[in-house]
Amino acid sequence: MSKAASSLPRTIGAHAVLLTYTAIALFPVTVIVVNSFKSRNAIFRSPLSLPTSETFDLIGYTTVMAQGDFFLYFQNSLIVTVASLFFVLLFGAMAAFALSEYRFKGNTMMGLYLALGIMIPIRLGTVAILQLMVASGLVNTLTALILVYTAQGLPLAVFILSEFMKQVSDDLKNAGRIDGLSEYRIFFRLVLPLVRPAMATVAVFTMIPIWNDLWFPLILAPSEATKTVTLGAQVFIGQFVTNWNAVLAALSLAILPVLILYFFFSRQLIRGITSGAVK
Amino acid sequence: MGSLKIENVKKSFGPVDVLKGIDLDVKDGEFVVFVGPSGCGKSTLLRIIAGLEDATSGNVLIDDARVTNAPPSKRGIAMVFQTYALYPHLTVRDNMALGLKQAGTPTAEIDKRIAASSAMLSLEPYLKRRPAELSGGQRQRVAIGRALVREPKLFLFDEPLSNLDAALRVNTRLEIAQLHNRLKATMVYVTHDQVEAMTLADRIVVLNAGRIEQVGAPMELYNKPANLFVAGFIGSPKMNFIEGARLGETVKTVGVRPEHISVSQTEGAWKGTVVHAEHLGADTNVFLETEKAGLITIRLFGEYQTGPGATLYATPEPARTYRFGEDGKVLG
Ligand SMILES: Nc1ncnc2c1ncn2[C@@H]1O[C@H](COP(=O)(O)OP(=O)(O)O)[C@@H](O)[C@H]1O
Ligand SMILES: [Mg+2]
Repeated sequence: MSKAASSLPRTIGAHAVLLTYTAIALFPVTVIVVNSFKSRNAIFRSPLSLPTSETFDLIGYTTVMAQGDFFLYFQNSLIVTVASLFFVLLFGAMAAFALSEYRFKGNTMMGLYLALGIMIPIRLGTVAILQLMVASGLVNTLTALILVYTAQGLPLAVFILSEFMKQVSDDLKNAGRIDGLSEYRIFFRLVLPLVRPAMATVAVFTMIPIWNDLWFPLILAPSEATKTVTLGAQVFIGQFVTNWNAVLAALSLAILPVLILYFFFSRQLIRGITSGAVK
Repeated sequence: MGSLKIENVKKSFGPVDVLKGIDLDVKDGEFVVFVGPSGCGKSTLLRIIAGLEDATSGNVLIDDARVTNAPPSKRGIAMVFQTYALYPHLTVRDNMALGLKQAGTPTAEIDKRIAASSAMLSLEPYLKRRPAELSGGQRQRVAIGRALVREPKLFLFDEPLSNLDAALRVNTRLEIAQLHNRLKATMVYVTHDQVEAMTLADRIVVLNAGRIEQVGAPMELYNKPANLFVAGFIGSPKMNFIEGARLGETVKTVGVRPEHISVSQTEGAWKGTVVHAEHLGADTNVFLETEKAGLITIRLFGEYQTGPGATLYATPEPARTYRFGEDGKVLG
């Protein structure tokens, strides 16, 4: 780092801005986690205070564990997220490779068409999707969710990955061709490992909206056997009474798996985000 | 075992014609260098020979067999790239072995060939390392080794020395020249650097804007350039070009190489003032602003004491003065 960039006032300024942003971003999450450990009265009386020995209460967690099949909801969420992620990354990377590597008629148009989905929310098609799922008998299956989420995640994945794949050295791919590698092996063995940071970036941006989604589980798979965590947590939100302890506990628990997946990808993620700027 | 014939090869990228009809014969065992400015289509031509790019029209024949429809791995070629293009996840040894494994070569044979070529390129200490753990020069030697083990009919080099520093470039150039002497293999080498072309080639192909300007042995191009472009491209410092009219001649351009001009402090054809002098030890390059011929470069052998402001007289060697017509072609 250059001397100018690390001068004291500038460092302090930068950190102040970043810390403020961190505080704002973490505030709601902290409130949820903190309050999930408090009794109902304490939550309403002083929502911002930490649990004390009097107000500390695990009632939320015990309710969540007792009521509904939360373990199953978790499992459903995980299956849907991981499977969708897998297909988004696989098909996204393959499409991106084709777009960046091969010159064919309509290449640019195809790229634009595939990227269109970034701008048009998939929820606009909900009615048609529901009809489609009913017609194909996929309502109340995890498959329905996986298909929809794969479609939802692909545009961004294709867009980001094809930019990164354009940067992979042509010489390297050509060396592989001269050595007799098939296009599949060039893709899987030479290109994919080199765009791993970009894949991690795409994985995180794809995973979080899927995990948090309430819309499609509610419409396509609301049955007890296919409920996801976000949907499962809704049982505690009633029209007249809401069991806040349980809602907060369920939400706190729901943060954990994404957090774990995020740590899993984060090293790669930072490299992916900064690789354009820092050579 | 390794002749190459290119018949009227044309290549367009969309509306842009990059190669405008290339014909060339390369004999078995020949070292041919394609030289030309950046963007003139050298790499494109090499990639067409390798099969990495399809020609828009025309034929490529390797060993008299048409290879137009053969994939790169079936053409009996090996290629060395400017950026080395080593597989980052494989060791040096596996980098060299991959192509042979793909072709189903027996392990014993692979081992033998790797041993032989790594000995030839002094790569033995690095066989277990990955490319990231090697210096630029070592990486390029591995890339050459990877080409060697394939025992190809035809070696293709695409600016293999461009990413190396000056000292290493001279060494590696020497290694490639020795390799050619030892293997007697056919080699096609692409470069934009006329010094590399002159030092390595049996025959040089000068390309410009998708056309062949001239084909010939290095000294042929130096002594008998066919046109202005070749005359200006081959030789360093570049040939002086003077408008014929300034010298009272009827031709369009008169050319004379810096090393074919003599100087004197008292008399000569063109009187002028020294603008700058470069003292290189073995040579001295003098830039002289003359009244008659404009700014010219003169290359003097050995040390020559002069500096800006000095008055000198320059005289071109009549026998080594070239005359070019309106179309740029050499006259006479
Ligand atoms: N894949 C491609 N698509 C479009 N134009 C290309 C492509 N490859 C090369 N070109 C163009 O062809 C010309 C010749 O390129 P190249 O053969 O790489 O030149 P050289 O190796 O002589 O520097 C350049 O003008 C380049 O822009
Ligand atoms: Mg090139």
